[in-house]
Amino acid sequence: MNDAAMVLEVRGARKSFGYVRALRGVDLALHEGEILALLGDNGAGKSTLIKAVSGVHPLDEGEIFVGGERASIKSSADARGMGIETVYQDLAMFDNLDVPANFFVGREPTRPSKLGSLGFLRERQMVQTWKERAASLGISIPNPRQTIGLMSGGQRQSVAVARAIAFADRVVILDEPTAALGLRESAQVLELVRKLPDHGVSVLLISHNMEHVQRVAHRAVVLRQGEVVGEAVPSPDTHEALVQMIMGAQGVNGEPQLRSTSKRGK
Amino acid sequence: MKTESPEGERGETTPSKPRGASEPDTRLVERRGGDWPLVAALRLIQFGPGVILAALLLVMSVLSPFFLTGENLQNLGTQSAIVAALALGQLLVIIARGIDASMAAVLAFAAVFPAALLDDPSRHGAIFIGLALATGLAAGVLNGGLIVLGRIPQPLIVTLATLGIVGGVSLVVSGGRQVIGLPPVLSSTLANDTVGPVPAQVVVLLIVAGCMYMFLAKSRWGRWIYAIGGNPEAASRLGIPVGRVTFSVYVLSGVCAAVAGLFFAAQTNAAVPTAGNAYLLDAITAVVIGGASLFGGRGTVMGALVGALILGTIRNGLSLLNVEPFWQTVAIGCVVLVALELDVLRGMLENRLRVSRATEH
Repeated sequence: MNDAAMVLEVRGARKSFGYVRALRGVDLALHEGEILALLGDNGAGKSTLIKAVSGVHPLDEGEIFVGGERASIKSSADARGMGIETVYQDLAMFDNLDVPANFFVGREPTRPSKLGSLGFLRERQMVQTWKERAASLGISIPNPRQTIGLMSGGQRQSVAVARAIAFADRVVILDEPTAALGLRESAQVLELVRKLPDHGVSVLLISHNMEHVQRVAHRAVVLRQGEVVGEAVPSPDTHEALVQMIMGAQGVNGEPQLRSTSKRGK
Repeated sequence: MKTESPEGERGETTPSKPRGASEPDTRLVERRGGDWPLVAALRLIQFGPGVILAALLLVMSVLSPFFLTGENLQNLGTQSAIVAALALGQLLVIIARGIDASMAAVLAFAAVFPAALLDDPSRHGAIFIGLALATGLAAGVLNGGLIVLGRIPQPLIVTLATLGIVGGVSLVVSGGRQVIGLPPVLSSTLANDTVGPVPAQVVVLLIVAGCMYMFLAKSRWGRWIYAIGGNPEAASRLGIPVGRVTFSVYVLSGVCAAVAGLFFAAQTNAAVPTAGNAYLLDAITAVVIGGASLFGGRGTVMGALVGALILGTIRNGLSLLNVEPFWQTVAIGCVVLVALELDVLRGMLENRLRVSRATEH
């Protein structure tokens, strides 16, 4: 795993909100084709870290490297321009539009191109592209012309993920992608997440569900009080240790004890 | 499409197939396809406006021998054309989660302002029409500017304020008097000509509606109007120019009000400063009856036209039946409430459908 090139690297990330030090010098590396889980209790700094990478809150201090080059990410447009897309918990979907419309929203193909945004939608092409995408990702939505508001949470989340990776060529950040889903729907979405590296993107996954993390992630990094306190290859063997790192029970003074496990690769 | 996990598969799975550990699988098979009553009810609501219109036409033609005469249908068409023009503009605004309460005042002002500006309005047909449309556009720019650039978050209050302002300015520039004698292109061609049996105003209205349909249902900008109505925050996060799109719907709404104003001026051969009084809530009513949602994101050109026709048929039918005109607003008010309730009901049914599908897949 560590032989693969680094697609995203964060060095010495610091961020404070007033007196609250949300990040106290975090280093993080995401390799090409890797699914990296970011673990930590509420307030550990996970959200602050991904918001820095996705351009929502710039860092106070620290550097971000994308594809090996130093990147200045000041807005979500910057992040998107570098091939980083984020799928947020609150599903940025349009309940009143159908699946292809949701997939393309904001970047619909039109003709004639001279008319710009007043041009006519290429509906047939949109539907066709969606169907090809869905087939290659294994997403099953029997009637994509139905409005997405009528679909199940799993189907909606699948479309959200498909949309993100269609426009991200490097990194997709998934913030609690299964938080609002039932068992079966979570399984659908996890299956989709597992396939993402085959489509050329790396994944930064935030989840509270250790079982889900074990099922898809190659590596897990634990944040606690704004610092990285350890990492491990998530598996039933490391479950207990990871939970203890999250809770802060293991390692007096926050000393990490499982760092070396990452060398195992996958 | 193949997935290894049984959870990924849908309908075709048989009850005997193994499933995830703790899931009861027999109930799932029973539920499959069990949502058809919800789907049927939603369909019915979707076609509700058409059904209401058909029923109204049927009832009126039975109750009154005059209803289906050519002359009365032409009357119905020209009366409805004014409301329909207003409804087309209102439709855009309502889909984008806004509302334009100022249309009735703009309708009047669009005829009054050119009539006051020109020495002899009856001699300048093209200029009059151009000035009227520009006046509507300017009113739309004012509304859009206040809401988008002024960042006032309540479009209802903003457009109620401009309703008062524009209505007042109409009275000021006209001195409260109507100007009689408009250019023949309005008072004769638009008012009296027909294409076959179809009145010219109805033809113009249908052309405007056709353009509106192409714009709203087929263009990218139109798709963005729906997207903003569906989820404004997500629309802006995904790079849709929310401000510009919102601005544009108010501008187009102003232009539509001006078109309605030209219809009214043609029918009366006068620029009347109080012309809007009869149309205060008609645009919103027609759009809502036509199946658009005041929560935004929904509504069609066809629905708005049907809504305008329903409104027109109620008015026309009641007067044919010699019902006191006071009852018209009562009847229309009741229809609006029914339409609003149907919108709420639709939301509830959709929620239940979603829940039932979530457990099904």
